[in-house]
Amino acid sequence: MPADTDVPLIVEMRGITIRFPGVLALDNVDFSLRPGEIHSLMGENGAGKSTLIKALTGVYAIDSGSIMVSGEHQSFVTTADAQAAGISTVYQEINLCPNLSVGENVMLGHEKRGRFGIDWKSTFEEAEHHMASLGLDVDSRSILESHSIAIQQLIAISRAMVLDAKVLILDEPTSSLDRGEVEQLFGVIRSLRDRGVAILFVSHFLEQVYEISDRITVLRNGQLVGEHLVEELPRDALVAEMIGRELDDLTAISASAGREVDRTGTPVLRAAGLGKRGMLESADVSVYDGEVVGLAGLLGSGRTELVRLLYGADRPDTGEIDVAGVRQRVQSPRHAMARGMAFSSENRRAEGVVSDLTVAENMILGIQAQRGWLRRVRKSEQDAVVGEYMEALGVRPADPTMPAGNLSGGNQQKVLLARWLATAPELLILDEPTRGIDVGAKADIQRKVAELSAQGLSVIFISSELEEVLRIAQRVVVMRDRRSIGELESSKVNLDHLIDYIAHKEGSVLQ
Amino acid sequence: MTAIIKHRLFWPASALVVLITVNMLANASFARITVRDGHLYGALIDILRQSAPLMLVALGMTLVIATRGIDLSVGAIMAVSGAVALTIIDGSEDPGGFGTIMIAILVALLVSLVLGAWNGFLVSVLGIQPIIATLVLMLAGRGTALLITSGEITTVVSAPFKQIASGYLVILPVAFFIWVAAVVVVGVVERRTALGMLTEAVGINPEASRLAGVRSRGIIWTAYIASGVLAGVAGIIYSSNTMAADANSAGYLIELYAILAVVLGGTSLMGGKFSIAGTVIGVLIVQTLESTILFLGVAPAKSPVFFALVVIFVVLVQSPRVHRWGRSVFGSSRTSSAPDEDAEKKEVAA
Repeated sequence: MPADTDVPLIVEMRGITIRFPGVLALDNVDFSLRPGEIHSLMGENGAGKSTLIKALTGVYAIDSGSIMVSGEHQSFVTTADAQAAGISTVYQEINLCPNLSVGENVMLGHEKRGRFGIDWKSTFEEAEHHMASLGLDVDSRSILESHSIAIQQLIAISRAMVLDAKVLILDEPTSSLDRGEVEQLFGVIRSLRDRGVAILFVSHFLEQVYEISDRITVLRNGQLVGEHLVEELPRDALVAEMIGRELDDLTAISASAGREVDRTGTPVLRAAGLGKRGMLESADVSVYDGEVVGLAGLLGSGRTELVRLLYGADRPDTGEIDVAGVRQRVQSPRHAMARGMAFSSENRRAEGVVSDLTVAENMILGIQAQRGWLRRVRKSEQDAVVGEYMEALGVRPADPTMPAGNLSGGNQQKVLLARWLATAPELLILDEPTRGIDVGAKADIQRKVAELSAQGLSVIFISSELEEVLRIAQRVVVMRDRRSIGELESSKVNLDHLIDYIAHKEGSVLQ
Repeated sequence: MTAIIKHRLFWPASALVVLITVNMLANASFARITVRDGHLYGALIDILRQSAPLMLVALGMTLVIATRGIDLSVGAIMAVSGAVALTIIDGSEDPGGFGTIMIAILVALLVSLVLGAWNGFLVSVLGIQPIIATLVLMLAGRGTALLITSGEITTVVSAPFKQIASGYLVILPVAFFIWVAAVVVVGVVERRTALGMLTEAVGINPEASRLAGVRSRGIIWTAYIASGVLAGVAGIIYSSNTMAADANSAGYLIELYAILAVVLGGTSLMGGKFSIAGTVIGVLIVQTLESTILFLGVAPAKSPVFFALVVIFVVLVQSPRVHRWGRSVFGSSRTSSAPDEDAEKKEVAA
C-alpha cells in the first residue's frame, strides 16, 4: 500500500551539505519521509547513505541545509536530541547490551517505577507487552545474547517502539538473516508502517528493496540522483542511477578487454560451488594464464566473500579449489601465497597498509613474510624493489621513508600493489583497487594491470564501476545475492547488457 | 636544532639528564667516581650495576608490548629462576664449582624459557588476552618458587655465583656487562634480522599482516619466550645479589616498573613501533630515581609519593598534548607545525 503523496511530511531535509576534510560527503541533498511509508535509500559505497542517516540522527552536524521533523525545525547536536524528536535507529551491528536481559534492554531508561525504586515485575510485563504487539514471543527475563541476531533485531525494534518512534531507520537489517527471518522482519516492518510509522530502509539486496519499499531515493557521490515510487522505477533504471555512466579518458586501456586469451590449457585457478554459511551461497570462477577476470555485481553480492575464500582469508564450508589443475585446500593467506596467489583487500586501511611502517617496509612486507624473519631482505634488494615500483607506479611523494599511513588513498593502493607484485604472483586478486582514489592514480593502476596481464599475469579484478570492469577484464563473472549467476565476454557486451544482467533475475537478455 | 627536539628519544634523554643534574646539584658527591683496587665505585656506577634486573625484564617487556601484549609474569619468573638456580647450588656437593654454577644457570634459564613459552602458547595459540594469560603465571609462579625451595628462604655460599651481581670485570661491574650484552643481542636479533619489522607489523595491524602472509603466531610466541628467558637472567642476577632464594620478594612489582620504563622510553602500550634505546633510557630513569630517593635522604614513608610525583612530571614533559599547550601559552613561533593531524582526520563514512 504505497503512501499517499498528500500526507504532510514527517521528515523534510533540504539542501543538506556535509564536508569532511578534503571530501564533500553530501552535496545539497533533499530527502523526505512520509508517515506510513517504507522508503529505501539506495546507492553504492561512498554514495552518502550513511552520512545522510547520521545527519538525521544527530551523529554528524550539517554544514548547511535544514532538517524539519513533524513540521518543526531541528538542529540535532546529539543522538539523544534525534531520539527525543522521535527518530530511532536499528543498526546492522545491534547496539543493545548483550549481557543484560531482553526486558532491561527494551525498557532501558523507561523502567516502571514503584514505591521502592524500579518495579521490575511490571517493567518486564511492559516489555513483553511491547514485544507481543510486534508478534514477538520472547521471555523478557532471558539474556539478550542468547537469542539469534534476527530476534535481537526485532527486540531492538521493540525498544524503538518504547521510545515512541515516529521514524524508524533500519540500516542493513537483513544482511545476516536467513530467508525465514527476513520474512518475519518484513512482517513486523509492514505492521509498523500500517500504524503510521515512517520507515527508512537501507539494504544492498535488490530483491528485498523491491519487495518491501513504497518509495526509493537514490544517491551517488554525495548527490541526490532521484526520488521515485517503486513501481515507476524498473530495476535496470535503478542500477544505472546507482552506478552512473561517467565517461572518462581511459579508453587507451580498453584494448585490454579485447585481447584474445587462450583458454584451452589448465586454468591457473578454478573454483566450483564455493560457499560459506552466512557469507557466500555458491560461486564458480576460473582464471587462465594472462587473463583478467572481472567480478561484477552490487555491493553485498558476494564478490569480496568469494575472493576471500579463494585466498584462504576465510575458510570455505563447501566447494572445491584447483590451483594449476591440482586440488588444494587453501587454509591460510600464507598457504595461498605459497601457491602463487596475492590478494589486495578492498579495505586499504584496516587490512592493507601497516600505517606506522614506512612505504619501503610496506612494499617488502610480502616478500619478507614469505622468507621468514631470519632471512632479512637486504638493503640493496629492498632499494631495488622499492625503486622499481616507486617509479613504475608513480608513488607520490616519492619518499620511501615516509610512514605509509600518511599517503593518500591512491598512493596507498599503489604501495599495496607494489607489495604484491614484488612477491611475483601468478594470480593477483584486486578487490576494489580503484575505489575512492583520484582519476590519475586510477589510470596508473588500470594501465599497470593491463600491462602485466598482457605479459602473462592472471588477475581477478573487482570493482563497483562497471565501465572499469568491462574495460580491463576479458571475461566478467556476474554475482547477485551471494551467488555467481553467469559469465559474459567483455568484447561481446556493453554496459547496458551488463546492467541488465545484474538487475534481472533470469539474466535471459543475451540468450 | 629542531631535528634534535623532534627525535623521539629527545624527551626521555633530557629527563634522564635533568634527573642526574638535580642529583649533582643537591649533592656533588653523586657524580664522584673513585678507583679502588682497579675498580670504579660511585653512585653512577651503582646505577649501572643495579639496573641490570630491570633492564633485562624491560627489554623483554618491550618486545611483548610491541606485539600489543603485556607480560605480568616476569617478576614471578625471576623468583622461579632464582629458586631453581640456588636450590641446585645448595644441593650440590661443590657449591663453588664452575660446573655446578653453569648447570644451575642453564637449568634456571631452561625453566624460564618453558614458562615464557607457556605464556606465548596461551596468547598466540589459544588467543587468551595477554593480561589474563600472564596473570596466571604471575600468581602461580611465586607459589611454584616456594614449592621449589620447600617454603624456605634457601641461602647459599658460593663465591663464584656471588660474582655475577657483585663482581667486576676489568673496571666495571659484571652485571653491567650482562645487560649491555643482552641489549646488544636483542638489538642485533631484532634489527639485523627482519624480526623487529615483522613484530611491529603484527603489533600495528594484525589483520593486514596476516593477509600479507606474516606468521604472526610464531612472532608473538617468540616475544613471550624472549621475555621469559630475559626475566630468568634477571632472576639469576637478583639471587646472586642476595645469595638467597626469596620467593616473595624476588622481582616484586618489577613488571610494573618494567612497563613504566618501556613507556618512558617512548614505546606505546598500543603496540607497534618500539625502541630498544628508548627502553634503556627508560630503565636508567627509573633506576636513577630510585637512587635519588636514597641519595637525597627521602624518608621511606614519603618515598613512594616522591617517586610517583617525579614519574608524573616526566610523563607530562613527554606528552605531545602538554607540548601543544605549552606552545599556545608561551606563544612560540613553532606553532605552525601541523597541530595533531590525527584528531582532525575524520574517517569519511560511506
